[in-house]
Amino acid sequence: MQRLKASIVKEIWSMLRDPKARIVLVVPPLLQLFIFTFATTLDVKNVDVAVLDRSGGTHAAELVQRIAGSPNFRNIVYLRSSQDLRHAIDNQKVIAALVIEEGFDRALDKGRPGRVGLVLDGRRSNAAQIVAGYVSGITAQMDVEAIPQMEGGPQVTHWFNPSLDFIWFTLPALIVIIVAIAGLAITSQTVARERELGTFDQLLVSPLRVHEILIGKMVPPFLVGFGNGTLFLVVAQLVFGVPFTGSYLLFFISLATYLMALIGVGLFVSSLAMTQQQSFLGSFVATTPLMLLSGYASPIANMPEWLQTVTYINPARYFLIIVQGLFLKGMPAADVLQQLWPLMIIALVTLTAAAWLFRSRME
Amino acid sequence: MPQAAPPDTGPDTGQPREVIARATGLVKSFKGAAAPALAGVSMTVEAGTITGLVGPDGAGKTTLIRLLAGLLRPDQGEVAILGQRPAMMLDQLGYMPQRFGLYEDLTVRENLDLYAELRALPREEHEETFARLLEFTDLARFQDRLAGNLSGGMKQKLGLACTLVRTPRLMLLDEPGVGVDPISRRELWAMVQHLTAQGIGILWSTAYLDEAEKCDRVYLLNEGSLLFEGPPGDLTGRAEERVIQVSGFEPRRRRFLTRTLDRPDIMDGTIQGRSVRLLLRDGCDVPTAESFAAGDGTQVAPGVPRFEDGFIEILGGGPRGTSALAENYRTIPRDERPAIEAKGLTRNFGAFTAARDMDFAIPQGQIYGLLGPNGAGKSTTFKMLCGLLTPSEGYGAVAGNDLRRSAAEARASLGYMAQKFSLYGELSVAQNLDFFAGAYNLGRADARRAKEAMIEIFDLGDKLDMNSGALPLGFKQRLALACAVMHQPPVLFLDEPTSGVDPVTRRMFWTHINGLVEKGVTVLVTTHFMDEAEYCDDVSLIYRGEQIATGTPDALKAQAGAITGAADPTMEDAFIALIEASDLDRETNGNLAA
Repeated sequence: MQRLKASIVKEIWSMLRDPKARIVLVVPPLLQLFIFTFATTLDVKNVDVAVLDRSGGTHAAELVQRIAGSPNFRNIVYLRSSQDLRHAIDNQKVIAALVIEEGFDRALDKGRPGRVGLVLDGRRSNAAQIVAGYVSGITAQMDVEAIPQMEGGPQVTHWFNPSLDFIWFTLPALIVIIVAIAGLAITSQTVARERELGTFDQLLVSPLRVHEILIGKMVPPFLVGFGNGTLFLVVAQLVFGVPFTGSYLLFFISLATYLMALIGVGLFVSSLAMTQQQSFLGSFVATTPLMLLSGYASPIANMPEWLQTVTYINPARYFLIIVQGLFLKGMPAADVLQQLWPLMIIALVTLTAAAWLFRSRME
Repeated sequence: MPQAAPPDTGPDTGQPREVIARATGLVKSFKGAAAPALAGVSMTVEAGTITGLVGPDGAGKTTLIRLLAGLLRPDQGEVAILGQRPAMMLDQLGYMPQRFGLYEDLTVRENLDLYAELRALPREEHEETFARLLEFTDLARFQDRLAGNLSGGMKQKLGLACTLVRTPRLMLLDEPGVGVDPISRRELWAMVQHLTAQGIGILWSTAYLDEAEKCDRVYLLNEGSLLFEGPPGDLTGRAEERVIQVSGFEPRRRRFLTRTLDRPDIMDGTIQGRSVRLLLRDGCDVPTAESFAAGDGTQVAPGVPRFEDGFIEILGGGPRGTSALAENYRTIPRDERPAIEAKGLTRNFGAFTAARDMDFAIPQGQIYGLLGPNGAGKSTTFKMLCGLLTPSEGYGAVAGNDLRRSAAEARASLGYMAQKFSLYGELSVAQNLDFFAGAYNLGRADARRAKEAMIEIFDLGDKLDMNSGALPLGFKQRLALACAVMHQPPVLFLDEPTSGVDPVTRRMFWTHINGLVEKGVTVLVTTHFMDEAEYCDDVSLIYRGEQIATGTPDALKAQAGAITGAADPTMEDAFIALIEASDLDRETNGNLAA
């Protein structure tokens, strides 16, 4: 126990006393918090949409007015023909075009559901999807207001996030991403730093067992990740007003498992690297796919089939589902468990691999 | 030091020599460092001479050289190369940093080509210059070899050749002898000496005091200040008639040295074979043989002073003989089994055998030295025995613990001090001590007691909260030793423990080691300081992965004497003679086989 304690205390001090390590600890999570919350907003604002109005009636004019009145859209471009429409989309003048057919007004007047077509720029699929959401929200609203008896019209309701507040989606996801970046960066430095500074040999000739060294190296990133995760949990609710509707216990169990999986990856990178520079690059190489394939940056369902398969080995994928579930829809234990067991297997695999690599690269 | 202003005259002619480089009142501080790297240093380098810049690591040698090369700007003071600012005189300046920028993936020839282009040597002169330099450096045979595959000594020679593609007026050589074995070191020296004949002024920086002795003029730096300037003989002269050699005493030589160093009239002492070399305090009479009370056979003879004696005398003398560390150490119970044993230890890296058939058994309470050029296999052998490398073949044991079967027990019974400072630099002194106490499983009370003892013995009290990386070199050394012996291991592994430290710190270190050995501790040490090999009971000379000679230092010297015919060779002479004999042997055998 003396040895294990010494190993843990030493690692915690190394993390806290080295000014460079302290910077890695504090600055990136803060930066990421700001960048992710404010800069990379997934809200689509200031886009232009086009309208091809073949009906020319009052209902159509009303619909166009409502769209023009939405704060999300900047300009409305009025089109005359299908050629115009093709042109506007092709040249990226607009991201979406609303096509109102001749019979629109007549249909509404007769109490039949009105139909509008929406042409989207598929090259900007994410933004286009969001714009589609906005537009269908507006049309639905109008149908409800103008023609209350209408049935079967385009009804769009956003479950779980009724006010469509982007922050509600981002902040839970931020926990997943920031915990990952911090956890990987810290862990990946540990072994490589000792190798570079020449303390590695000193460590290996001491009677410390391999597991004592490794546990010592796992504790600081675990504590930091746990601290970051908890901090964001509090900030999300108190500062940004995102509701947490699930079980805290399940949250912390999942966070711990997720951290173990990450630490395994970090230790693996660190054992592989000969210098701190290499391990920095290594953790970058690991972090990027972890983020991109988590379902945070873009929906997994939009990825090609083979890439979707790859996401099954990404711990962030499972933790993202758990966190968003626990925040927004009070995910029940059974559903959490369904995501938790693959996470546990991944943690087991990465930690075993890291321990194996550490052992085999001791010389 | 009240020295007269250096006259602009060379040592051998009466003619004034041209001053190539002149530095006046240089002060340079670095951010974050407590003391300035240079505190008001003035010096000159004259044409056609070798000027030595001597001092331990961290004395400010590299800073001074970088100031002279115009790579740093002084906080105060001035640098003039041929009367101009260094930046104006780059064509006249050859600078070889500690790690010369050779391109390891280019061949010897390509490196020369590259530097010739960089230095804008006219094309038509390439062939002639290269031929001359390759002959000069004896690298002609290796022109097609990748620079990365050269030995340390050959790399330095190639670095020298690259600096010489355009003959400069001033050569700045920053520790060209580091990482180079004694043979290559001698060759390098001869080459540089040759350059002075062409009127080049040379600044040679070194931590080896024996190199200082051969310079025309020496500047001795310590902690940023000049301790001495002038011909090395002047410093050596201070110890004139104060060096004696005592031999024929009855007690074991380590015990005798310890006792003798406690005498008030002795300033410093070292072991040399079966005798002990002593430096007397200024004004003290040569002691009589009887005064040592060491038996009737005791003889006292005058000794030859060395540059190091002068250095020690300026620093105020070496430490007393009794080691507080040893006083405080447990007595290791006697054990008839060897404390360290190697039987046929072999380590292969792919097809390359780094160490072959290492065979030795070190009895308890002895110091065993592994000597050899860099890359000869001594580190490999050392690392196998302390468990850092798994042997490919053979058997090794430490304190009776088989390295293969009970590696953890073997590790628990040894203390280890690495080549470079390898404690946790970002942790404080106290935290380092705490960690090593814990890592060696000391209980709470034991750990506290051990820590307090170490703080007391090594005088670390006022440095406990300092980051250990920011300690002065001498204190780093002490802390490293403290961490290695806190758990009072029966066996100590020391890998070049004193490289780069000043001679007084080295003495202090060996005083402790000698004391510990008297308590029954066994020591395995690697060193490239040949005079330190004299402290060993037995040494093994390792070359090309094999033990080419084993025995007491005196036996090795005698063996070398028999080869060269020289009477009373030094340990370094022995080293060189034995390696050359091994090379010769190899060649003839190779020829016979072919």
